[in-house]
Amino acid sequence: MLSISNLHVSVGDKPILKGLSLDVPAGEVHAVMGPNGAGKSTLGYALSGRPGYEATEGAVSWRGEDLLALEPAERAAKGVFLSFQYPIEIPGVPALTFVRTALNAQRRARGEEEVSAPAFLKLVRAASQALKMDFDMLKRPLNVGFSGGEKKRMEILQMALLEPSLLILDETDSGLDIDALRIVADGVNALRSPERSMLVITHYQRLLDYIKPDRVHVMVAGRIVASGGPEMAHQLEAEGYDKYLPEAA
Amino acid sequence: MSALPVLDLKDASSFPSRRVEAWKYSDLRKFLREAPQLSPSATIPLVGGGPFEALGGEAMVFVNGRPVDASARVVCGEQTVRLRLISKAEGTGHAVAARISARAGAKLLVLETHEGEGAGYVAHNRLELDLAEGAEVTRIVLTDEPGDVLSVTQAAVRLARGARYRQTIVASGAKLQRLETEVSHPGHGADVRLDGAYVLDGSRHADLTSVVDHLGREGTTSQLTKGVVKDTARGVFQGKIIVERGADGTDARMGHHALILSERGEVDAKPELIIYADEVQCAHGNTVGNLDANALFYMQQRGLPLDEARALLTGAFLMEVIDRIETEGPREVVREWLTARL
Repeated sequence: MLSISNLHVSVGDKPILKGLSLDVPAGEVHAVMGPNGAGKSTLGYALSGRPGYEATEGAVSWRGEDLLALEPAERAAKGVFLSFQYPIEIPGVPALTFVRTALNAQRRARGEEEVSAPAFLKLVRAASQALKMDFDMLKRPLNVGFSGGEKKRMEILQMALLEPSLLILDETDSGLDIDALRIVADGVNALRSPERSMLVITHYQRLLDYIKPDRVHVMVAGRIVASGGPEMAHQLEAEGYDKYLPEAA
Repeated sequence: MSALPVLDLKDASSFPSRRVEAWKYSDLRKFLREAPQLSPSATIPLVGGGPFEALGGEAMVFVNGRPVDASARVVCGEQTVRLRLISKAEGTGHAVAARISARAGAKLLVLETHEGEGAGYVAHNRLELDLAEGAEVTRIVLTDEPGDVLSVTQAAVRLARGARYRQTIVASGAKLQRLETEVSHPGHGADVRLDGAYVLDGSRHADLTSVVDHLGREGTTSQLTKGVVKDTARGVFQGKIIVERGADGTDARMGHHALILSERGEVDAKPELIIYADEVQCAHGNTVGNLDANALFYMQQRGLPLDEARALLTGAFLMEVIDRIETEGPREVVREWLTARL
């Protein structure tokens, strides 16, 4: 299970997360919703170890381990996967090469045997078919010239191949039309399992119609200010975040 | 007529300092004030035929400046020549003078390696390449020399009309390493590709300098050099393309792009286009930067340790140059050679 307690994170000198606490038990899907500027993306970066996102106070444990003490690649090998709101383009590195290198780096870090090229290709073919992706696209440099929808599918494909145990989806629905959203959501739902925890960060409730959360948390000004069941997403959509905003705003 | 001064190891007055404009980033005189003692003759190691051995062809070998066989060669038809310039010396100096002529219609692959053993030597290589009408020559250079030596290679390439010249230099530097290429370009369908890659660490220095002189109409030149420097290493790129009066229809492009991966690494770039003709297409681009921090984090987030992420990105950056080598065999040798040094 993921356990975040009293987490404070600053970017530069600016405090963004201000005492955030949250638990996600194994097998559950939790949504974090909140207005722009609440610090939702910062939470994803802090959990995955992005340089410059410094935890000044508090603790994060994942399966009993101190996540904040680990390098980003070590966290990945422990199963942490952040799906980026805007996936990065990697010029010159074919998508296939990238994912295989990542998978084998993770396996080495865990003391597991590397996956051979033919075995990997077989895995990729199956996974890309499920996501209705053109296999030839995977020979192109990762995300370079991909459309918004293709980049998101590429993120889900990586998830399917890397098999992370803690999935953090940062605004995965942004830039997707309804068809692409359904394919991406199906990809995520296929990964739901009693061993996996998921944190779905989103501004809108729309994504949660497709990826049904067990719990919904409202994040405002760097903290969780309210939590509830799945019905809370609809309530937020109808009423907005106004009642959670600090008086001064 | 030569735009770049030719060295003579026996004559200390020919050693340029940074006050000579063409040598301002590579001050040879700072390290070499007097003519070095001549390197003794040495025997060629019996094992191994150099990095390109597996590709076959005929060997043309120099050890400490002395030709094992001939110092000049005339090529007809299709041939591969492994030109191995071997240094085995301590604190002495030696000079190679080699000449290769490609007859009309010849197709020649020159696989040149600078293989150094020992310490503190001074090597000077003077290479003359002549391409007759319609000849096609590809020259690929790999350098592997100790970090405390001085090594200067000066190549003069003369093309006849309709000839094609392809060059890729992969430099790993030395205390001071300079690889000059001077091309006499007659136009009239002659076509030149002049590429380079450098990967430098420690306090190594590599200087890729070229001058292409377009003398006639309708000639093309395409140049791409990419480099990566680490630690306190220093990369130098000087590319000059001259389009003489009357060389209309010339199409010349030059690009140099470098990554500096450390606080104290340095890259000096001097691209020059000197155009005396009216109807030409010429362009140059030059960038120096660091690896993209967002890309590095993204790769780490997927499980690549920082070093591996850096190596993958720098490799991808440099391989654009290597991908331009048209012949598969040497391209793959160079790719592996470079990957092992990232």
